[in-house]
Amino acid sequence: MGYQKDVKSLMEKEINKNLENNQSFIVNDKHIFFRKIYNILFKTSIILFSIISIIPLFLILFYVLQKGITAIDWDFFVKLPKPVGVEGGGISNAIIGTFLIILMSSLMSVPLGVGTGIFLSEYQNSKLAYVVRLFVEVLQGVPSIVMGIIAYLWVVRPMGIFSGFSGAIALGMMMLPVIIKNTEETLKLIPHSLKEASMSLGVPYYKTILKVVLPSSISGIVTGVLIGIARIAGETAPLLFTAFGNPFMNLNIFKPMNSLSLLIFNYATSPYQDWHRIAWGASLFLIVFVLFTNLVANGVAKKWKVEF
Amino acid sequence: MKSDTVFKYVLHLIAVIILALLSLIFITLFVNSLPSIKSLGLKFFISTRWNPVKGEFGALPFLVGTLITSFLALIISTPFSLSIAVFLSEYFKRGALSSVIRSGVELLSGIPSVIYGFWGLFVLVPVIRNLELKLHVPPYGVGIFTASLLLAIMIIPYSASIIREVMKLVPADLKEAAYSLGATRFEVLKGVVIPYSKSGITAGLILALGRALGETMAVTMVIGNANVLPTSIFAPSNTMASIIANEFSEAVDSIYLSSLVELGLLLIVVSAAINIISRWVIKRTSKV
Amino acid sequence: MESRVLEIKDFSMYYGDTKAVDNISMDVYKNKVTAIMGPSGCGKTTLLRSINRMHELVADTRTTGEIRLYDTEIHSISPIVLRRKIGMVFQRPNPFPTMSIYDNVIAGYKLNGIRLKRADRDIIVEDSLKKAALWEEVKDKLHRKGTFLSGGQQQRLCVARALAMKPEILLLDEPTSALDPKATTKIESLIEELKIYVTMVLVTHNMSQAARVSDYTAFLFLGELVEYGQTQKMFTTPEDKRTEEYLTGKFG
Repeated sequence: MGYQKDVKSLMEKEINKNLENNQSFIVNDKHIFFRKIYNILFKTSIILFSIISIIPLFLILFYVLQKGITAIDWDFFVKLPKPVGVEGGGISNAIIGTFLIILMSSLMSVPLGVGTGIFLSEYQNSKLAYVVRLFVEVLQGVPSIVMGIIAYLWVVRPMGIFSGFSGAIALGMMMLPVIIKNTEETLKLIPHSLKEASMSLGVPYYKTILKVVLPSSISGIVTGVLIGIARIAGETAPLLFTAFGNPFMNLNIFKPMNSLSLLIFNYATSPYQDWHRIAWGASLFLIVFVLFTNLVANGVAKKWKVEF
Repeated sequence: MKSDTVFKYVLHLIAVIILALLSLIFITLFVNSLPSIKSLGLKFFISTRWNPVKGEFGALPFLVGTLITSFLALIISTPFSLSIAVFLSEYFKRGALSSVIRSGVELLSGIPSVIYGFWGLFVLVPVIRNLELKLHVPPYGVGIFTASLLLAIMIIPYSASIIREVMKLVPADLKEAAYSLGATRFEVLKGVVIPYSKSGITAGLILALGRALGETMAVTMVIGNANVLPTSIFAPSNTMASIIANEFSEAVDSIYLSSLVELGLLLIVVSAAINIISRWVIKRTSKV
Repeated sequence: MESRVLEIKDFSMYYGDTKAVDNISMDVYKNKVTAIMGPSGCGKTTLLRSINRMHELVADTRTTGEIRLYDTEIHSISPIVLRRKIGMVFQRPNPFPTMSIYDNVIAGYKLNGIRLKRADRDIIVEDSLKKAALWEEVKDKLHRKGTFLSGGQQQRLCVARALAMKPEILLLDEPTSALDPKATTKIESLIEELKIYVTMVLVTHNMSQAARVSDYTAFLFLGELVEYGQTQKMFTTPEDKRTEEYLTGKFG
């Protein structure tokens, strides 16, 4: 206490003397005025920059809508592309190709992805899980064009022909990380007590996982698959030298196959105005499909959510 | 009980398949780059001449093109992605304005790369050409600057969402402590939030850079595809990804194909390194 | 006669439509410790945070009535000016992890963009740490990170950080709730010693702590001020039946 009193009498005086100038500065209205101004200026620029960032979105959506809507009619969906110089035609082969490739990719990546997700949530702290998680991170960061190279080297070169199947391999690998992560995250939210309840009833472990845990997390898994589909639906780079593109209708997965994204790329970079028109139409269709898939994914996540 | 054991084996098997998959990707790329690595060696990275017909494979123009476009895109996008992160995590956590920005950014990230490229080709390129005319530089329209601008728009959603996640990790009681000392919101951001999340923000920006390095379609469509060292930021160029996209399916002889695969190997190694390091930094920040 | 620093008059505060603090009037006296106690959810922290307008950081709050610091209505001045005059210590020690001990103490000046001469800074740091009874323990490691300190030391660092701004009032929001008994004792004796420098308002859910360290006690229940008066008197002869029930452990 005595020591504290000393501090008070000695230090206080000295400080007040030393701070006299600063003290007046501290309550200086001008200083506070400028601080407030900076604060407002900063907030304004944050708002401004944020709004500017999403202006391109509206520009792109508006432009694609404006250009694309004129190209879209019934023929657009059901007819095949016409040769250069012939007006009209549709993109039915590209639409079917895209859906076929998406379907194949999903068939390949969903079982593997969901399985890995289960593994990661069941063996959360094992060394293997740690390494797998790291690998999934890396896999997610692999540039899409590299996936194309891989599918080319694995499938196209040995088989000697470009094919929809090889494209699906490339896209399937891109879907995998999305499905794995979503499955793992969803399964982690399932309370441990649910599993214990099932096990205590004598249900074997594998049935507990497949019949109790998985069904309660179905919304998260479906969401993951849909987000994965939205991610690959517009991918072009991995398809350039795998699915390759095809002006004709082709349902054989071991032959070159067209996709919406390939068609947009090929037509957009061509010199023909009529092809540009069709490419805008295809872009509009693709954007609507991707945004709609994302929307459904969000809807599923909200609506089917099992509450605990 | 027996089926339980089988089930556990299957789960582990699936996990091992994932490991094998990525390992196989690396091995495939490496093995197929060997012809090029053997015959070209270091010259591949330092030679500026790319002429497949004459058998000259110097990838330096593409390395330079990739680095310039990606860094330029990062520089252009950073103020915007930082602003969005601050906007959503500090100023407007909920409400109408917040959901407009949030869903806007989400939609931006959903637009396929090829459509960015298409739009860039028909809308951005003419605008840049006019700008170049005013600046008295050769009015290509296509080129590094156009590609960077387009890339910047594309990576904003990605870096913004990572930076936002990092900023969310700043404990609320630290911010309160700063407010209780009389700081304005700006001063709290500058003095507490930014220093606390600095390394995480940097990691997020580097992740975005990694994204830009490997981005293919949009860049391929607007960069002008010139296989020479760029002379200015308005010059046409090529990136590693865009040269692969352009020439891979016509690469017939083995060295040609192998050299393109080697570029792919370089891309995957760089992006893997960026991913591992940045995620590690971000995880470390969240533990402080 | 005690001199009045803070005058709370017919003060109410709402979160959306819920009334969290209901029509409270009380005075806070200079160089005294005023404890606000009551069961959890009674609005004591809300009342405390209204005094330096920290509640405004939460969206959708509304107040009626007055709080006067000396003669100034606190809502008539900028919160950034007010908060410098009314410092705060929080439930959990929260030194800035990116700053050294030294920088933590003068954090208020740094954050507010006030440039001080090096000599002045040194004096403020030393003085504040001495007042917070932390100087002897940290004087050799001023430039190490504050997060290396023990919980109790961190909390005293936070006290020093608040004192460095030379506040009129120091608000203490359950400052010992995250500390062990030994560190708690240290903080309590620190509160005793600090009375000569600063007026304190202490929120606590621990009535024996209120009895030990405070001169005045306010008992809040469901947002209402049930009883307010000298601590000694309230703990021996409470006027209100609810206070008596609370003190004898019948609820809360």
